[in-house]
Amino acid sequence: MARPRIYGVMAEYENPGELLSAAEQAYAEGYRQLDAYSPMPIHGLAEAIGFRGTRLPLLVLIGGILGFVLAYLMLWSIETIIYPVNVGGRPHNSWPAFIPIMFETTVLVAAITAVLGMLGMNGLPMPYHPVFNNPRFVTASRHRFFLCIESRDPKFDADATAKFLQQTHARTVSEVEW
Amino acid sequence: MDSDQRQESVGVDDIAPVIAPGHDYSTVTDQISTIVLTRRTPRQWLIGFSIAFVVSMALLYSIAYLLLKGTGIWGINNPVGWGFAIINFVWWIGIGHAGTLISAILLLLRQQWRTSINRFAEAMTLFAVACAGLFPILHMGRPWLAYWLVPYPNTMDTWPQPRSPLVWDVFAVTTYGTVSALFWFVGLIPDLATLRDRATSLLAKKIYGILAMGWRGSARHWYRYETAYLLLAGLATPLVVSVHTVVSFDFAISIVPGWHATIFPPYFVAGAIYAGFAMVLTLSIPLRAFYNLGDFITMRHIDNMAKIMLATGLIVGYGYIVEAFMAWYSGHPAEIYMIANRLQGPYRYVFWALILCNVILIQTLWSARVRRNVILLWFISIVVGIGMWLERFVIVVTSLHRDYLPSSWGMYYPTFWDWSTYIGTIGLFCALLFLFLRFLPMISIFEMRTIVPQDGAPKH
Repeated sequence: MARPRIYGVMAEYENPGELLSAAEQAYAEGYRQLDAYSPMPIHGLAEAIGFRGTRLPLLVLIGGILGFVLAYLMLWSIETIIYPVNVGGRPHNSWPAFIPIMFETTVLVAAITAVLGMLGMNGLPMPYHPVFNNPRFVTASRHRFFLCIESRDPKFDADATAKFLQQTHARTVSEVEW
Repeated sequence: MDSDQRQESVGVDDIAPVIAPGHDYSTVTDQISTIVLTRRTPRQWLIGFSIAFVVSMALLYSIAYLLLKGTGIWGINNPVGWGFAIINFVWWIGIGHAGTLISAILLLLRQQWRTSINRFAEAMTLFAVACAGLFPILHMGRPWLAYWLVPYPNTMDTWPQPRSPLVWDVFAVTTYGTVSALFWFVGLIPDLATLRDRATSLLAKKIYGILAMGWRGSARHWYRYETAYLLLAGLATPLVVSVHTVVSFDFAISIVPGWHATIFPPYFVAGAIYAGFAMVLTLSIPLRAFYNLGDFITMRHIDNMAKIMLATGLIVGYGYIVEAFMAWYSGHPAEIYMIANRLQGPYRYVFWALILCNVILIQTLWSARVRRNVILLWFISIVVGIGMWLERFVIVVTSLHRDYLPSSWGMYYPTFWDWSTYIGTIGLFCALLFLFLRFLPMISIFEMRTIVPQDGAPKH
């Protein structure tokens, strides 16, 4: 399939409420390939564009369990197989004494998973993205709110989509180059 | 407290907002990012940084001399093998804890006022942990072999003993340092994107751009971002408690009189938060004056921090009482002598100075008038910082210098190199802090945007 002429059409809004209602309208209109951009998190916005939650918490749980189990295996093997030391006749597999280290590694692996998982799922680092081609987009990290309907959406039509966005109280509407 | 003053303190909560009125998204962004993006470095910054840099050079010099001569240049001896190195380690790591408390625990408790102080409190945590981490390594005598602390297969065929609290400490402190750095960096990503978009110089654009990793504020990204941030806060909260608990285990698991006490973990954690909030106040009061940030760090923040300082200070005072009670209740001659020796022995001046700083002077914080007098509060916060350092001195030195065997009693006197290393780390801490203030936004810009009152904006 030939690549569409442009990345998408982008509308700019002045406050989170306008962006949220525009996003809801666009989703109701049948657009599915769209994204909203804001200088801070807005509750309900991701859901409004059809985002159905993230599996990050599950990933972090797995990371934590992995850290816990691996630490126990490490400590158990050091104390019983690799380097057993008799300390006052106590059992070699003295698991209560392993708890502090197991706890720390649980937190460590879970935290690293949370950060790398978040970045990975978000596709960051991303050296290039077409939305930055819109010269007004620099304000998306300051005080402006953007909604972009992407050309890969089956319902996308450069003129009709732009016209639709005009009606959503957009401050400006512009095409985004690749 | 009389009812008048209580009325006043309620008044502070009701009236002082977490952000001054009249701000919107752009003014918040501009005021905080301009501090970083301005091309003219303020003269006061240069002077402050130069002093801190020179003092941190004293640290380098002291370390170089230590590597040349060995730990004999310090005052440590037998019986006092843990001198300044361990005192400073516990002091610094405790200071770091307030940063994590503000950024993680107050986030989970939905305390909106944390927003304008969490960023530099987290930076403070990182730099304090960096200073803390130096001391146990330098104290080992052969710091170039510090990697022996880590369990790894080696040709010597030996392994660290994971039943020892000293090995727990290695894991606790490295985890704490790593998680604090991750938490801080994740919090910075959206602000780095703001700096990338606002920077005018090409070099700044490039550097902030690389660090921001292409952040574009997509709704899906924000969703995962907030999930990750909350999870990190949830992980950091038990972590911060565990770290100082493990630090207190270094003492409590031994049988030295005055150390072998079950009160140690909670008492150490409270002391850490106490010292940490004192340090946050010590830093934030001059910062808000110098950078004109009274709109963002309002009297509400100052007042709340002073209250937390008072509450944790009272817990620490309770800890002192329980220590003395348990020594008496144990009926053990060495424990009872340890307390008597603290109160009346050769280090009694240190002990009474500690009581003055940590227990008596902070009672003034019951008064709303004191809490709202920033200059007075600044002095009290410094007094608390000193008091907590004296507490660690008392715990480390008075317990070790006279334990079970009177024939091995001795005295500990810090040397010039003890002091130069300690003061050097204060210089390093300040120098890192100055660099942070100049190159990164000291207040979380995107979180400030979420608390800007805006008509038609969905409530958070």
